[in-house]
Amino acid sequence: MDFAAINPLLFISTMVAASIPVLLAALGELVVEKSGVLNLGVEGMMIIGAVCGFITIVHTGSPLLGVLASIIAGGVLALLFGVLTQILHSNQVATGLALTLFGLGLSALLGQNYAGIKPPNFPKPALGFLSDLPIFGQLFFKYDYLVYVAFLLVIGVSYVLSRTRSGLILRSIGENHDAAHALGYHVIRVRLAAIVFGGGCAGLGGGYLAMIRVPQWTEGLTAGAGWIALALVVFASWKPYRVILGAFLFGGVTLLQLNLQAVGVKLNPAYLSMAPYIITIIALVVISGTSSRFATLAPGSLGKLFHKTM
Amino acid sequence: MELEEGEICALLGENGSGKSTLVKMMYGLVKPDDGKMIFRSKDYTPTNPNEARSAGIAMVFQHFSLFDALTVAENIALGMSDHLSFSTLSKNIEEKGKAYGLALNPDNLVGSLSAGERQRVEIIRCLLQNPKILIMDEPTSVLTPQEADILFEALKNLAEEGTTILYISHKLEEIKELCTKATILRAGKVVATCNPEEKSARQLAEMMVGTSIGAPKRTGEVRSHEGTPLFQVKDIEKDASSSFGTGLQKISFEVWQGEVFGIGGIAGNGQDELMEVLSGEALPKKGSILLDGKDLARLNPNERRKRGLLFAPEQRVGHAAAGEMNLIENSYLTAADRKALSKYGIINWSKTTSFSKEIICHFDVRTPGSENLAQSLSGGNLQKFVIGREILQNPEVLIVNQPTWGVDAAAAASIRQKLMDLADQGAVVVVISQDIDELLEVSDYISVLSGGRLSRERHVKGLSREDIGLMMGASQELALEA
Repeated sequence: MDFAAINPLLFISTMVAASIPVLLAALGELVVEKSGVLNLGVEGMMIIGAVCGFITIVHTGSPLLGVLASIIAGGVLALLFGVLTQILHSNQVATGLALTLFGLGLSALLGQNYAGIKPPNFPKPALGFLSDLPIFGQLFFKYDYLVYVAFLLVIGVSYVLSRTRSGLILRSIGENHDAAHALGYHVIRVRLAAIVFGGGCAGLGGGYLAMIRVPQWTEGLTAGAGWIALALVVFASWKPYRVILGAFLFGGVTLLQLNLQAVGVKLNPAYLSMAPYIITIIALVVISGTSSRFATLAPGSLGKLFHKTM
Repeated sequence: MELEEGEICALLGENGSGKSTLVKMMYGLVKPDDGKMIFRSKDYTPTNPNEARSAGIAMVFQHFSLFDALTVAENIALGMSDHLSFSTLSKNIEEKGKAYGLALNPDNLVGSLSAGERQRVEIIRCLLQNPKILIMDEPTSVLTPQEADILFEALKNLAEEGTTILYISHKLEEIKELCTKATILRAGKVVATCNPEEKSARQLAEMMVGTSIGAPKRTGEVRSHEGTPLFQVKDIEKDASSSFGTGLQKISFEVWQGEVFGIGGIAGNGQDELMEVLSGEALPKKGSILLDGKDLARLNPNERRKRGLLFAPEQRVGHAAAGEMNLIENSYLTAADRKALSKYGIINWSKTTSFSKEIICHFDVRTPGSENLAQSLSGGNLQKFVIGREILQNPEVLIVNQPTWGVDAAAAASIRQKLMDLADQGAVVVVISQDIDELLEVSDYISVLSGGRLSRERHVKGLSREDIGLMMGASQELALEA
């Protein structure tokens, strides 16, 4: 075994990139849950975003169009969920699960002829001398555009939720939709907007996987990343900045597993592949088990059906 | 009906008489099918609450429309039509609060406030918009008498400044004290308008119901402890069950056969925890609960029911009854053992149905039939059903939490009468309630639960509302001074 073969700088910068798909998806789901809706279809929206983005970038060669296609595909699928649950009052859990299955099936169909194709390179911003700085260059200035977009999005979501009136209205609707309705706020409209935003984020996360991270299309490409994103929202106790922490933890464990295999740690690779999921479960149990305070952090109306009856 | 500037008008009526619907129309939440409203000699047809607010009509809701996880300032910002920065808003909140004696800290989380303080949040939210008409839906149902006095002062000040107040309440005494006019609704129609000061509370209640109602009476005399107590609670301790609750510290009391023991105090002072411990939903850390000398403190609710300790928790839908099940199924839920409604795990539906019909008939539960869902009943009727279900199982001890909360006068009187009848038949009744008048009416002995501690019990004879109010408010005032 030669642990020195693991380059810490490279490890960290790869970990950042590896965490982006779940980071984006979890951030979107966080906004959705803050509005009081539980959308279990993250996995489905991610993979649809992945396949649509991939097809677009292969045909047009334009990374920008690929990104847009990912966002729109995720958003459209989310809108379907929104119409079903918010307007037709279908059950959120069942509809979300159906959305995942639908997304997986549809993406396999759409992507049939695209397996094994290599997409065009995704550009990185030219940061000039910044990228050449020792250590810092490697750590901060060598990523593609979407990494920076993702982090700006976290800052933006956190700011909007905690500092703006729109964010306050969104939180109030998630907290107590009847009271918000009594005050004259449009519960359904706000929730639909949040759901579409969440879908767009999930789609972009999937697109990142297919266009940049892998970059290739295979059936079932997301491999459970959507479920990890859902868990991350709880792990982060509905706070945007903590999503970063959770995403790094997840990305880090995944990478460590690959690195350990590379340096020849004698352990069945199956155990190492399980590790990120087991650690997520343990983290969730520890968080929800240690104090009842966390229970009150969940939005008060999360997953509850809203009927406009007053 | 008409409202004049600067008057405090009461809107009276039983549950379901149309009071709420009427004020919701004024506030733009419900559209009228026919007819019109004229406000300052102009047609007034609000289509949503925002329009009502900008026209100058504000409303304080019966069930608080507040968000526990948000701060006072955030809550108020949500109810305002004009958008101010948080710092200006915080300043305005403090200023208004001082002007009307309703002090608040804008940065506190609403979930950590007492019921009185929560109501202040709602009122300040309304006042910040300088309303012409302020609608208040049962504002005092959760307040201590002292808090209610502060509220009345503030309302009288407002009326003098020209604000019109429309005041909905079931408490006729306070309407007589506060209001200059009363409009009475019955079955969706205005049946009378009068000056409440000239009528007695009984007369007002009879106008609402349309028939005469009698005050609850004990047939036996007021008891004083004789022999050994039937029900004893000794040194119960328990941690708070939620972050907004209060832990119990060394709770002890004894109740003798045929007595009604009243426990006063404002919700959140350990009431929920005490109810949980007595019913067996949660086990106490320490202490014992003795029925006829046998300790039940470690038993689960069903075991306790078998031994004669029955209970009716506060929250009717979701706790005392399952909202989406019908009344027959709900009858089975607590009465299965005592009424032998099932055999070898198979439910005897005909027996259960006749039991539910017995409850509906004996307790005057107004519902089209026992197949109706529990949540379709009005609060008062469901409460009559819940209490009836327990009483008809012949309990040795019955514990009720807030038995008449949000229940109209006639239904409340009948529930209280049934509780007293039960005691007269030799059972022990423990009533946990925030309503002081109720405790004075039904109890033999009263004690107050405040900050998780139970005060010394006092015989109800010679006890006044103010005495209890002082017992209730004492801990809160201490907390405010600190």
